[in-house]
Amino acid sequence: MKFTEEHEWLRVEDDLVVVGITDHASEQLGDVVFVELPEVGIEVAKDDEVAVIESVKAASDILAPVDGEIVEVNGAIVETPGLVNEDPTGEAWFFKMKVEDLAVLDDYLDEAAYKELIG
Amino acid sequence: MADLNRTCLYDLHVDLGAKMVPFAGYEMPVQYPMGVLKEHLHCRAAAGLFDVSHMGQVLLRPNSGDVADAALALETLVPVDVLGLKAGRQRYGLFTNDTGGILDDLMIANRGDHLFLVVNAACKAQDLAHMQAHLADRCEVAEVTDRALLALQGPAAEAALAGLAPGAAGMRFMDVAVLPSVFGDLWVSRSGYTGEDGFEISVHQAQARGLAESLLANDAVDAIGLGARDSLRLEAGLCLYGSDLDETTSPVEAALEWAVQKVRRAGGARAGGFPGADRILREFGAGAARRRVGLLPEGRAPMRAGTVLYADADGGEPVGTVTSGAFGPSIERPMSMGYVATGHAADGTTVFGEVRGRRLPATIAPMPFLPASYKR
Repeated sequence: MKFTEEHEWLRVEDDLVVVGITDHASEQLGDVVFVELPEVGIEVAKDDEVAVIESVKAASDILAPVDGEIVEVNGAIVETPGLVNEDPTGEAWFFKMKVEDLAVLDDYLDEAAYKELIG
Repeated sequence: MADLNRTCLYDLHVDLGAKMVPFAGYEMPVQYPMGVLKEHLHCRAAAGLFDVSHMGQVLLRPNSGDVADAALALETLVPVDVLGLKAGRQRYGLFTNDTGGILDDLMIANRGDHLFLVVNAACKAQDLAHMQAHLADRCEVAEVTDRALLALQGPAAEAALAGLAPGAAGMRFMDVAVLPSVFGDLWVSRSGYTGEDGFEISVHQAQARGLAESLLANDAVDAIGLGARDSLRLEAGLCLYGSDLDETTSPVEAALEWAVQKVRRAGGARAGGFPGADRILREFGAGAARRRVGLLPEGRAPMRAGTVLYADADGGEPVGTVTSGAFGPSIERPMSMGYVATGHAADGTTVFGEVRGRRLPATIAPMPFLPASYKR
């Protein structure tokens, strides 16, 4: 699993990049009450705002971590936003992306580097 | 957090694992490890304990010794029937300014030979100066600086407090009393700001932690932070000064007509005589151009403070603005409060809030969003 400085995690599954938010991000956000996901099939560029999370405290944008196409989204977290707090790195993935070259993930933080970032 | 004040319960909050944030010049607990959502639901299901010691407690003692003189003096600053407030009773009030706007909202209690006021933390210095300037010839205006203020709210509040101060059980909504306890005399009102039955309890600082820990030792009682306090008060349709009320909003715009008793309105025995009476009494007759309303977004996206409201899904000029908005844990949907042009203020009217560039529908809805459960 890789991590971005925006507190998203990325992992490769069946040649797709699965994206979610980290435990740390979920804790900082507090109870999540609303999630809006991108449309399946759209092409996005790195750092595009593609999803929105609203917690009891505030709204936060989720950025596309890489260039690519959104090929699947997780409707379960729209139905039950609280999943994002319960299992942020498992059941509460946000979307899956098809990317040109999976090697792009090499640029991201590994777990040790991410842990250092969040202190 | 330099230059911030701390309440005498600061160490308790830290010991309980609270996340502390700056609020109105104080370091206050925004949430405890339970989290905002569960804290909210716990308060509605059992009881929540809030530290509201940052709020201002003020004694207004009449020079004459007759509480009626303090009441009449205070009536020059608030459009409220203070003279008619019986001993042992409390009511909500507003300080108004010369243009009919609201300087602060407050609670006014008649304690037999003097008045006891509770004002907002962010306004207390200004409120004290305002009262000193206008009331000092008839009253002693004294801030209470040696007492903490706790709120105990929820269906289990009565049993929890009555275990320490039995007299609490016999009080009704908006009663005030001094109740003896092992934590000294408690100045208790049966009131609060959550829509739940409950109490606000003024206790000497030296006894505050003991009282708080004794209440928290009750299985039904948990500490609740400012985060849940905000969603609780919004479900209850209650205004937050500085967000939903300010120096430009009049009592009629704010839909607070009920806080201005008939005796202070046109034709009443003590009509007017408070700052901004011309505008306020005129608006009682002619209405105001805008009105505070409740809003229920049709979707699940919260419409937060600052969301601009339109009459139509496309085009047109704004018709209002959201002043408070959040997810309501008990009503299980987002809710907002805001101001709209009076023509759009009727219950059931659809308006559109612009959220992240899109106009989303919301319905004007009566408040409270959740019925209150006061012990009348």
